[in-house]
Amino acid sequence: MQMRNTDMSSIISADKSSAAELSETHEAMATSKRTSEFAEVFRHLLRNRAAVVGLFIIGGFIAASIFAPLLSTHDPLDTVLSNRLQGPSSEYILGTDELGRDLFSRMLYGGRISLSIGLISVLIGVSVGVPIGAISGYFGGKLDILTQRFIDIMIAFPGILLAIVVVTVLGVGVQNVMIATGVASIPVYARLVRGSVLAVKEQSYVAAAHAAGLGHARIIFRQIVPNCLAPIIVQSTFQIATSILWAAGLGFLGLGAQAPTPEWGSILSNGRAYIRTAHHVTTFPGLAILFMVLGFNLVGDGLRDALDPKTR
Amino acid sequence: MSTGLSPEHPVLEVRNLKKYFPIRTGVLSRVTGYVKAVDGVSFSIRSGETFALVGESGCGKSTTGRTILRLTGATDGEIHYDGEDVLAATGERMRKLRRSMQIVFQDPYSALNPRMTIGAAIREILQVHGIASGAAAQERVEELLVRCGLESYHNSRYPHEFSGGQRQRVVIARALALDPQFIVADEPISALDVSIQSQIINLLEDLQNDLQLTYLFISHDLSVVRHMADRVGVMYLGKLVEVADKDEFYREPLHPYSQALLSAIPVSDPSAKKQRIILKGDVPSPSNPPAGCPFHTRCPYVMDVCRSVVPELKPTPSGHYAACHLVHPNA
Repeated sequence: MQMRNTDMSSIISADKSSAAELSETHEAMATSKRTSEFAEVFRHLLRNRAAVVGLFIIGGFIAASIFAPLLSTHDPLDTVLSNRLQGPSSEYILGTDELGRDLFSRMLYGGRISLSIGLISVLIGVSVGVPIGAISGYFGGKLDILTQRFIDIMIAFPGILLAIVVVTVLGVGVQNVMIATGVASIPVYARLVRGSVLAVKEQSYVAAAHAAGLGHARIIFRQIVPNCLAPIIVQSTFQIATSILWAAGLGFLGLGAQAPTPEWGSILSNGRAYIRTAHHVTTFPGLAILFMVLGFNLVGDGLRDALDPKTR
Repeated sequence: MSTGLSPEHPVLEVRNLKKYFPIRTGVLSRVTGYVKAVDGVSFSIRSGETFALVGESGCGKSTTGRTILRLTGATDGEIHYDGEDVLAATGERMRKLRRSMQIVFQDPYSALNPRMTIGAAIREILQVHGIASGAAAQERVEELLVRCGLESYHNSRYPHEFSGGQRQRVVIARALALDPQFIVADEPISALDVSIQSQIINLLEDLQNDLQLTYLFISHDLSVVRHMADRVGVMYLGKLVEVADKDEFYREPLHPYSQALLSAIPVSDPSAKKQRIILKGDVPSPSNPPAGCPFHTRCPYVMDVCRSVVPELKPTPSGHYAACHLVHPNA
């Protein structure tokens, strides 16, 4: 009994000291709040095994793109017509394409372009589409009707067609392809976010923010949009892949990356013609896109959970 | 038109308040009718008192509270708070009003932003109004939390880490952040466990005593209202049908609807025999309210006059207001 009492008191005192520690760490956190919140999210991301796998996949692709000049075994533009459409061998790790260029080297250099197209177009889509959708859903009324009808029109066109229009206006080139695929994804985000905002803005904490006199901008971007993050993240992981494929389509039409420039999408679509005789030309870029999407998906899922205070 | 409903020094005066929600149909969203959620409500609340609005769900009591705080626009009527025209206020005057009027919500689960720590949520309010920032804001947050029965280290917690009762304490702490004098408590306890309800009621009472708060207490729980309120207003289908001091109201309710409501309060003594007044039928739709007295479709004492003439909310000689032809036969 005596023992238990002392045990209990030591536990209680331990509790107290940990409470004191807690409040200390809280004070420390308050001072370096931004960095600690970022670290917190990252820590939870690392605890998620699937997300770590995703990080490795993405990291691998990024590293391969950065170190492409070191890793490549051949000049990606070098054509050796006698070695057309050869399967993988010790000379050509992933085989050669229809002009006898080394597929492995082309994929490394192509990753640079494809990765940037995927990321930058999503960046454009999110940074324009999310505010449009949020404002449209938040204010409602005539503004909402007008915005949404306009977005209806944009969505009625297939994304690739929209991208073609933008490239036609801006001119051909990789940079413009990034902008075009970004613009083409704006309506997707705008519609998605509007729907989430309509649900979130009815929550009492939004009414409480009004009652507390917070401004509209603060309410939209601090109270509402953070609570719409989950669908935005999921959409973005898929949009990266979609954008790469759109870019491939543009390349195929001669509006994207120009002929000799390697880019996953264009390698893929050029290889289509030889799929029966030399499937490796389509298989490898296809697998690359697949794994990149998988990587972003895993990280996106992990990020969604890490950003949600409830699941961490 | 002074209805005489205003006792000395009303801090809040609501006159003939109406809130209609349009019903839109068809492709062109044409307005084909209105839901008359609040239909000509007048009352006033004096400083430091608790005015309870009671009625069944859908009678417009929450809408009344939200309209007073301008969380939703009014269709017609006047609201004066401390001499300021609430419905006309803009800019800096509205900001000042926001500081003095706050709300506590029914559902503490949706009343807190799940992505913000409660400390961050309260600090933001303090910063926006330029009351405090940095360490001073932090200090104020901790003081508010402790004042509402929480611990100061709770400020870095997220809402999901709290129980329902604790969340409601956080909601109250947030409402107090701006030092308001008037609080709309919109069914503050009906989403909570019975065991927690009394704690929150006690907290609200303590705060009222310490900070001289004025409450508009919206509830459908007549036992709680009996405990909390100074005066009671009964709403039915968007109209006030009775307003009286609490003791008077519970001793002798005048409106047949109030009588039915009071007869439905459960009594803890199972052997006690009670005469229940069972109302027949449903509440009519507020988009198509009945002519005359809104209650005439369910009233056990309905007369011919009730079907055609809307009874006015008028006082008896003892200052007890009721809108009923039985009470005011010559109206």
